[in-house]
Amino acid sequence: MTQDTWNFIFIGLSFALYIGIAVRQRAGSTKEYYTAGGGVSPFANGMATAADWMSAATFISMAGLLATSGYDGSRLLMGWTGGFVLLTVLMVPFLRKFGKATVPDFIGDRYYSKTARLVAVVCAIFICLTYIMGQMRGVGVVFSTLFEIEISTGVWVGGAIVFFYAGLGGMKGITYTQVAQYCVMAFAYTIPAIFIAMTLTGNVIPQFGFIGDYSANGESLPFLDKLDNINTQLGFAKYTSGSLPRIDMFCITAALMCGTAGLPHVIVRFFTVKNVKAVRTSACWTLVFIAVIYLTAPTIGGFSRVNLIEKLQDTPREEAPEWFGHFEKTGYMSWQDKNGDGKIQHFGPEREKRGDLNELTFKPDIMVMANPYMGGLPKWVIALLMAGCIAAALSTAAGLLLVLSTAISHDLMKKVVKPDLSDKEEIRYARLASLGALLVAIYFGINPPATFIAKTVAFAFGLAASSFFPTLLMGIFSRRMNKEGAIAGMVAGIGFTLAYIIYFQFMGGTKDQYLFQISPEGIGFLGMLINFAVAFTVARFTPAPPQEVSELVDNVRFPGGKETAAQDH
Amino acid sequence: MEKTKTAKGRYWRAHLRCVGTLLLIWFLTSFGCGILLRDWLDGNFPSVGSAPFGFWMAQQGSIISFVLILLGYKFWMEQIESKLEQNKEETK
Repeated sequence: MTQDTWNFIFIGLSFALYIGIAVRQRAGSTKEYYTAGGGVSPFANGMATAADWMSAATFISMAGLLATSGYDGSRLLMGWTGGFVLLTVLMVPFLRKFGKATVPDFIGDRYYSKTARLVAVVCAIFICLTYIMGQMRGVGVVFSTLFEIEISTGVWVGGAIVFFYAGLGGMKGITYTQVAQYCVMAFAYTIPAIFIAMTLTGNVIPQFGFIGDYSANGESLPFLDKLDNINTQLGFAKYTSGSLPRIDMFCITAALMCGTAGLPHVIVRFFTVKNVKAVRTSACWTLVFIAVIYLTAPTIGGFSRVNLIEKLQDTPREEAPEWFGHFEKTGYMSWQDKNGDGKIQHFGPEREKRGDLNELTFKPDIMVMANPYMGGLPKWVIALLMAGCIAAALSTAAGLLLVLSTAISHDLMKKVVKPDLSDKEEIRYARLASLGALLVAIYFGINPPATFIAKTVAFAFGLAASSFFPTLLMGIFSRRMNKEGAIAGMVAGIGFTLAYIIYFQFMGGTKDQYLFQISPEGIGFLGMLINFAVAFTVARFTPAPPQEVSELVDNVRFPGGKETAAQDH
Repeated sequence: MEKTKTAKGRYWRAHLRCVGTLLLIWFLTSFGCGILLRDWLDGNFPSVGSAPFGFWMAQQGSIISFVLILLGYKFWMEQIESKLEQNKEETK
């Protein structure tokens, strides 16, 4: 069978599964639409949350970034998993106890103000849109490699599919689809890694191979030394040492962590389980499932780096493997014979300074997809990987789309604009809103604001870190925080972060203008500190919140009392 | 009323202690070992397999400790909550 046949079989089967589940678990009421009725088991919810949370950026882009930046890539590994710890111990149990379906709901009630709710809705929309752009791009990358079409066409195809089942199934449909998607993703990610670990290191478990010995081609030396050798020979920084300034590394990691803890679509996931106790169990499961993939990512990064260089460096173009032509055609890899010797040469900044010209450029996004080709794996493994990539992008995009549509229909239309909206109309608005949001996402998926997926997504985290995270935290842990402080903080935080990103990303700001060497990816951390500072200063000089708020905080902090199952609205 | 209030106060303090301790570990394993002390650890700690300690913590070790932290959180909080339950029954 040809590669295409395998691809169609795997992707067709997985799609049939997702759509089957979405149709069976179609949402009937708004409660089911927003929170799946509140009775999903912690184990299943753990899997669904893991799928929701591991986006196309994680799946497609992260290993590629690790491959090209080595140690520096650890910021993504630590940032995204560490943020989950923050989320679980500082946010989710309290918000779950509060019991309402959306994050703006909590902010609106806790800060007793429509303005606060409105600001929260706007922040939610900004964050989700930025994040979903990255996902749509990811879908585009997969479809374009798959069918050898333009990325833009790929983005359209993906968008249509996401709309079909997120709009149709609501949270209930999505939850069970995501369980299936997690399984596909986990196999798709680990199986190629195992195969390649066996060929490169003779070790079945990739994580052991990564810290073990490299044994292919009759060589025998520690695998990481092999990587370091490759990088220094080609004129890159050593794989294990990295080149980011430490402060930038710190800030990006912190921004990713706090951003994860402020992502509305992940918080919402925990409204689907029964009670606070189940939330904690579910969070444990989620992180276990996430760790399976995150512990594999650095190994894939390392293996693909070695494979890429071993297969291509100093190889004459005519003798280059067949997949190279394939990726050249879709524009992910390109080769220019600058020194006219007909061979492919890849060099880093150090060698270029000495006059060796780099002839090979490739987009880091392609590394995971190219990995099984480079390792010469069986065709069905490649097909499985394709199905996994699509699952990753679709699951996150669907979850985000849902939050976006909820933010618009529930928090904006029902709570602010038109309070007498009926249940049916609300769902209709939600579906309409998700269509609108998707069109915007598709536009930016085709014209992305950053060069590759992981970066676009990092911006979303920066925005979340500078707006939701501090506001929610203060809402739970400080009784004194009032609406004036919270609103001023959110506006200042997200405003500063957004301005910084726009200045450096779209208006041609240069590296030496960076504030304290912090790149736009890490600026969310500074934005967060600004949010805290502004909020506390303003709160000091404005009246304390009313008595009801203190009761609300009490109710959120302590178990027992009114433990609401996810409410109807 | 007063009594439940102090029981609640104790519960909240125990809760904060739990979260504080776990977050301290969280900070040390990730920012501490993975970023701030990384170079020192690479030089002075035994390697994990062939990976320098700090590098390994940044790419693998921190993630493993996060899972353990959440597991600790689950059991610790359940213990704190069962104490609060006991207190409530005694005051009845």
